[in-house]
Amino acid sequence: MKFAILVTEGPFAHQASDSALAFARAVRAQGHELLRVFFYCDGVMNANRLSAPPATERNPVRAWAEFAAESGVELTVCANAAVKRGLREANLAPGFRIAGLGQLAEAAIAADRLVTFGA
Amino acid sequence: MAHKKILFVARKAPYGQSRAPEMLDALMVAAAFDQQVHLAFLDDGVFQLVKGQSAEAIGHKPFAHAFEELDDYDIEHLWVERESLAERGLSESDLMAAVTLLDRAEMAQAMAEADLVVSA
Repeated sequence: MKFAILVTEGPFAHQASDSALAFARAVRAQGHELLRVFFYCDGVMNANRLSAPPATERNPVRAWAEFAAESGVELTVCANAAVKRGLREANLAPGFRIAGLGQLAEAAIAADRLVTFGA
Repeated sequence: MAHKKILFVARKAPYGQSRAPEMLDALMVAAAFDQQVHLAFLDDGVFQLVKGQSAEAIGHKPFAHAFEELDDYDIEHLWVERESLAERGLSESDLMAAVTLLDRAEMAQAMAEADLVVSA
């Protein structure tokens, strides 16, 4: 089955981003295809490479970047939502890219399931 | 490109979080991709349609009038859950736009028939 994932909450105040990443890994482990993870609303902050939590704490931004590197899955950040929050191309963590909301529509249309984390 | 039936479900009050306007943006983009888009309001989402909002008073851009422009996107019906209105002491006459009321069971049916349900 083809999946797409939508993340709408930031990395620290909610469980959504962690759950999305766990789900993304599970999708691939079960042999399904993950077309794209789209970050929208506060979810775009998962891509902020300037994020620097204490070493003893979880680091969701790095975890997503590692997932992108090992899986090759596209991590797409909504351009409008990112710019609004001061997030630009230059501060994206590795594996993320900025694109328009059309990329969410495209993934949702191509996937058999769009799974939202954070609504 | 595949042609899907996409149901957007508004479940949050219009202010206090930014869900409502951002969902409208996503909905309009989906409609621009030539998909069959539907919009439903339930739970606190019904407050988004209440008449006489003054978003400017709290420094927000009014977005509510956007619901009246949805005709341009071929969104013919604004579905509203009858029980959600009643539970909040609201009736159809409190709403700013013409809506189609659905019972909870009919709303469940609409969700079951959609290829995609995007809740916000």
